[in-house]
Amino acid sequence: MSTLSDQSVPVLQARNVTKEFATSGSALRRGHIAAVDQVSLSLYDRPPQIVSLVGESGSGKTTLSRMLLGLTPPTSGEVLYHGKNIFELNREEFRNYRINVQPVFQDPYGIYNPFYRIERVLQLVIDNFKLAKSRSQAHDMIEEALRAVDLRPNDVIGRYPHQLSGGERQRVMLARLYLLKPKIIIADEPVSMIDVAVRTLFLNILLDFRDKYNISTLFITHNLSTAHYLGGQIMVLCFGRVVESGDIDQVIQRPSHPYTQQLLAAVPSIDPDNRWTTKANLESIERPLTHEAGKCVFVSRCPYAMPICSQQRPPDFTIRENQHSACFFSEKIAVEAAAASEVR
Amino acid sequence: MNSTKANTPARPQQKVAPDSERRLLQIKDTRVWYTTVAGEAKVVDGVNVTINRNEVFGLAGESGCGKSTLVEGVLRLIKSPGYIKSGQALFTYPKDGNAGETTVNLFELGLGEIRPLRWQHIAYVPQGAMNSLNPVMRISDQITDAILEHGNSTKADATKNMLHRLEMVGLPPSVARMYPHELSGGMKQRVTIAAAVTLRPELLIADEPTTALDVNVQRVILQELLDIRKELNLTIVYVSHDMAVHAELADRLGIMYAGAMMEVGTTSQIFKDPLHPYTQGLIRSIPDISKERVRVEGIPGLAPSPLAWPTGCRFHPRCQFAKDVCRRVEPLLTETKPGRQVACHIYTDAWNEKSPGGTVQ
Ligand SMILES: Nc1ncnc2c1ncn2[C@@H]1O[C@H](COP(=O)(O)OP(=O)(O)OP(=O)(O)O)[C@@H](O)[C@H]1O
Ligand code: SF4
Ligand SMILES: [Mg+2]
Repeated sequence: MSTLSDQSVPVLQARNVTKEFATSGSALRRGHIAAVDQVSLSLYDRPPQIVSLVGESGSGKTTLSRMLLGLTPPTSGEVLYHGKNIFELNREEFRNYRINVQPVFQDPYGIYNPFYRIERVLQLVIDNFKLAKSRSQAHDMIEEALRAVDLRPNDVIGRYPHQLSGGERQRVMLARLYLLKPKIIIADEPVSMIDVAVRTLFLNILLDFRDKYNISTLFITHNLSTAHYLGGQIMVLCFGRVVESGDIDQVIQRPSHPYTQQLLAAVPSIDPDNRWTTKANLESIERPLTHEAGKCVFVSRCPYAMPICSQQRPPDFTIRENQHSACFFSEKIAVEAAAASEVR
Repeated sequence: MNSTKANTPARPQQKVAPDSERRLLQIKDTRVWYTTVAGEAKVVDGVNVTINRNEVFGLAGESGCGKSTLVEGVLRLIKSPGYIKSGQALFTYPKDGNAGETTVNLFELGLGEIRPLRWQHIAYVPQGAMNSLNPVMRISDQITDAILEHGNSTKADATKNMLHRLEMVGLPPSVARMYPHELSGGMKQRVTIAAAVTLRPELLIADEPTTALDVNVQRVILQELLDIRKELNLTIVYVSHDMAVHAELADRLGIMYAGAMMEVGTTSQIFKDPLHPYTQGLIRSIPDISKERVRVEGIPGLAPSPLAWPTGCRFHPRCQFAKDVCRRVEPLLTETKPGRQVACHIYTDAWNEKSPGGTVQ
């Protein structure tokens, strides 16, 4: 591929992608809803990076990841692999894309064939991509891959999928990626992986993949603490739009979008001596968000809203190097947030 | 949220009541097993814990450790092939209004006796409850039916009661006329909580009530639980794997692992001075968004299977401190100081003796 070696070109890029779905509902109200609304993002492999895509349920996270994986075409905008639209790749390029952009699904149970032992998914990768010269080499590779994801080969080999926990199945998927060594992993935070201890093991593997094998990850989560743990970049998705993005430490210390602020305020503190002292505004939290082209998506719940917010879609403002926010008042909010974080 | 602490001493300062008066529910050596083709699954296997009046007791532990099974056992909701193998669940409640209190062993009651207790004295919000509202029934009917069936009030009273309960969880009266599909997940969950507490129970057991919800909504629901607790003088058993939620809500915590209670203490003790190696690993694993990023190690190894718990200490295959005694002898939940309990050999005198051992039971 012509651009394959050009490091200034992202490995994977979404350029202004929008995905609309027809809405159900009464005939009068039926129309189109943008599950993902003009989102752009870039993933590089040199240096490898972790980007966390944070959003609540229904914010469009999974739809965006499906577009990046080529599982569903965008309504407008494009997904580029090494600068080339993924639907215009030739055979060889497409194969290359398929190998190098790998998903980790929420609950990988469905991917396993229940009648085959768990190590078969690893064996298949080795066979398909001719990674091993002999059976014994293949066996060694399988054991190595399982150890790389903190599984004891003796505990796992020979078991069937239903005999592993969700977290373990997930890690076997990572073992598969360890064998494939893709450039980009797109990981939807598994619902099954709810235990902290198990989640930590999983996240550490992603960090190791980045540091040892130059693998970048797009990590999709609703959990800001998890995103903070991984570090790197964050993109906050609200009702299909990216409302804030940038360096995660900056965003967490000085959130500059009211939605990010609200999310942060709702993260339980793990210090029992530092509990919430104020009440969340219940009424505003449940007011429905309306998705209209010429408006801010957050306007109905926003404590800062002014007339302009209902008249125009806020553009991306640059708050500082590597922090952007789609709010007309983001400068002011960032200053306030900084002042508040001094107090905390 | 400070209300948790501000609440309790709000009454005139009294001497702390003796333990026997503070006890609401005492769970003793309780086992809930399932019969499977592969043998007995000892999902809950010897739990001891006491719930005190007016506290929020957090029941924590990783997925599959038996939290839900324990509360289902206590509520006598275990269905075949599951059964209560042994134990006691002593519940103290005011029988017939204020005519004194009585203590019953829930495991000995007939199903006809337990049923009325369930709504009137022990309320239960099961895991995933919000998805089991009746889709074709208005919210108002779902709540008033429960009131009419279990209490003895008139239809008009039931309606008044229902509206008051909705208000308590922050829902407008208009919600009463709606059907479940018209409500958001958070609103549905609040309906289930409102319904559960309509008859002013003493105890509310809520199993992962916010796990499937967004953080904003979770925060609101936790707040409301505390408000309800204050208004109704409730005791809450809050079941969750999420330690951060416990940090916000619970007064005391019980940490379960592999079907047993590993440690009990105040929330602050558990977070600041965890004793059990499992609890230590659990606390260490929680990322802290308010602090600098540090890599933490989690707990290596696999959660064991209820078909074959490890011998001795159930945690020994994953424990960095395990000695010979840990593989042979099951440590019992033992008090290290009042209100503080741990099940680990490290805290016994035998630990530092030359020949590790003790007696095999
Ligand atoms: N009918 C059954 N036969 C055998 N084992 C069963 C049966 N039903 C449940 N179990 C086992 O009980 C355990 C689940 O316990 P339980 O649901 O109480 O855990 P939990 O701590 O509530 O988990 P979570 O945090 O995921 O809700 C699992 O190991 C499950 O396999
Ligand atoms: S009893 Fe032994 S194995 Fe169990 S937690 Fe304590 S030290 Fe570890
Ligand atoms: Mg459960």
